[in-house]
Amino acid sequence: MNAPANEPAAAAPEAAPAAYPWRRLFYWSVRRELWENRSVYMAPLAMAAFGLIGILLSSFTLPHALRAIAAGDLSRSGHLMGPYSFAAAAILLASFFVAIFYSLSALQGERRDRSILFWKSLPVSDVMTVLSKAAIPMGAIPVVTVAIIFATQLLILVWSTIVTLVNGIDPTVLWSHVDLGLMWFMLPYGLLVNALWQAPVFAWFILVSGWAKRMPMLWALAPFVAPAVIEYGAFHTGHVGHFVMERFLGGFGQAFSVEGEGTAPISNFRQVHPIDTLSSPDIWVGLAVAAALLAAAVWLRRRREPI
Amino acid sequence: MSCIEARGLRKSYGSSVALDGLDLRVEEGRILGLIGPNGAGKSTALNAMLGLTEYQGDLRVLGRNPWTERDELMRDVCFIADVAVLPRWMRVHQAVDYVEGVHPRFDRAKAEGFLARTTIKSTSRVRELSKGMVTQLHLALIMAIDAKLLVLDEPTLGLDLLFRKSFYDTLLNDYFDRSRTIVVTTHQVEEIQHILTDVVFIDRGRAVLAASMEDLEARYFELSTSAENLAAARALRPIHERTVFDRSFLIYEGVERARLAPLGEVRTPSLADVFVARMSRAGGQL
Repeated sequence: MNAPANEPAAAAPEAAPAAYPWRRLFYWSVRRELWENRSVYMAPLAMAAFGLIGILLSSFTLPHALRAIAAGDLSRSGHLMGPYSFAAAAILLASFFVAIFYSLSALQGERRDRSILFWKSLPVSDVMTVLSKAAIPMGAIPVVTVAIIFATQLLILVWSTIVTLVNGIDPTVLWSHVDLGLMWFMLPYGLLVNALWQAPVFAWFILVSGWAKRMPMLWALAPFVAPAVIEYGAFHTGHVGHFVMERFLGGFGQAFSVEGEGTAPISNFRQVHPIDTLSSPDIWVGLAVAAALLAAAVWLRRRREPI
Repeated sequence: MSCIEARGLRKSYGSSVALDGLDLRVEEGRILGLIGPNGAGKSTALNAMLGLTEYQGDLRVLGRNPWTERDELMRDVCFIADVAVLPRWMRVHQAVDYVEGVHPRFDRAKAEGFLARTTIKSTSRVRELSKGMVTQLHLALIMAIDAKLLVLDEPTLGLDLLFRKSFYDTLLNDYFDRSRTIVVTTHQVEEIQHILTDVVFIDRGRAVLAASMEDLEARYFELSTSAENLAAARALRPIHERTVFDRSFLIYEGVERARLAPLGEVRTPSLADVFVARMSRAGGQL
């Protein structure tokens, strides 16, 4: 981390490059975002901790269920996946809220505490700053989410196995009904598609955070909620609302069905079509819109002053 | 090449004009004080030099256009735009790590050396530090950067006298080395006049006086005289006059010292006195 400080002193000022490569600037920019926004990992970790407490309590009912399955009663086998799915859903939800609140304050907090005057005194461009901030909801949060979900599910599996062994039950009964392989493949894929799908949403939030003096949430939602309300009042239809909600929450639906309507639970690999999904115009139009919104955010940050 | 060269710099916010054709030239290795009343356009001028705001007119900083070449310019320019702008959530060691991470000209050992002289703990968060300590931290970070130009806009506003004094002493003793250029604005004119090599008075968006400190000392005199010599003193056309009890203090521009000496006590006026004299002559509000 402190590698440059360990180099010989003779190599100091003259040998210093005129500018660091963008990868280095990007790394430090993202790192400082994570320093400032510890909720990026603290919120999903807290959720995971709650989930694990729940699992500890469920260890009393697990042996009973496994014995029933071992005796041939498969009616309860579906419940075995419950804790894993529940933990994943809770962590996903926490991360989603963190991403929303992060984006809505991304370019506002630095103006409010005037620290923008410090950031701008360093050789980190507005493009770099905006991209590193966009990388939090679009990259860092999905990656952190996947990692925490995997770790949580692994802990649940280990604990369940211990409970099984302590109760003298053959652990293969448990393992044969807990199919984490499918979930561990589907989850990163789903989060990737979701991140691409939601990119314009977070880009829009970041742009609003750079523009609004206060209440960014209101400014971010008003341009969509108002037309939706007017549409419903005038025509009793909900096209605008549907369009917005689909963009906001429809990422996983996109990932797991071709028509964008994920209805059936995913039980095998043949149900997903990554190539079709990732090449759909909806994804690419969304990414183009996200790029335009981020470009506007860069333009804005150049010109904004402390609030 | 001049460090900063501005010709006809203009900037208006709506109908209010902040810069009205400012001309300015700062050579390398100088310490320039930019002095003017509130709203004179000092901060706007600095913001233009730092590429923080758009402007009309001709402006070159280290040979670059600060608005279009800001990213390149920031490798050689550093600034403290205001007091206490360090992010409040940041820890001291994080601030050092971060600046080291992004700035090729940052010398970590130097920054740690400056910090070791203060009572700042490296694990503290900025929000736990006093205003003076935040300024010390900021100065430690900035001084460890080998920049060609350092711009300070009211860097000591709201700090107590001891901090202000040590701020400028540190700057002069540990940072300034005649190859760097420093531009500073402040309200506390008396505190910076001994460190300046050059001064520009700015009023209503224009430079009303630009001179080196030596020029200033050769050109301006303050005569302290009593009532019987007052008429003779006034005949030499002072640019400013004030009376304290029964003594009159008159400031002259470009009048030989030998002509003033018979009328009373002659001394070099402080920068603040010259400033007041020039501004009131220019019709500025006092």
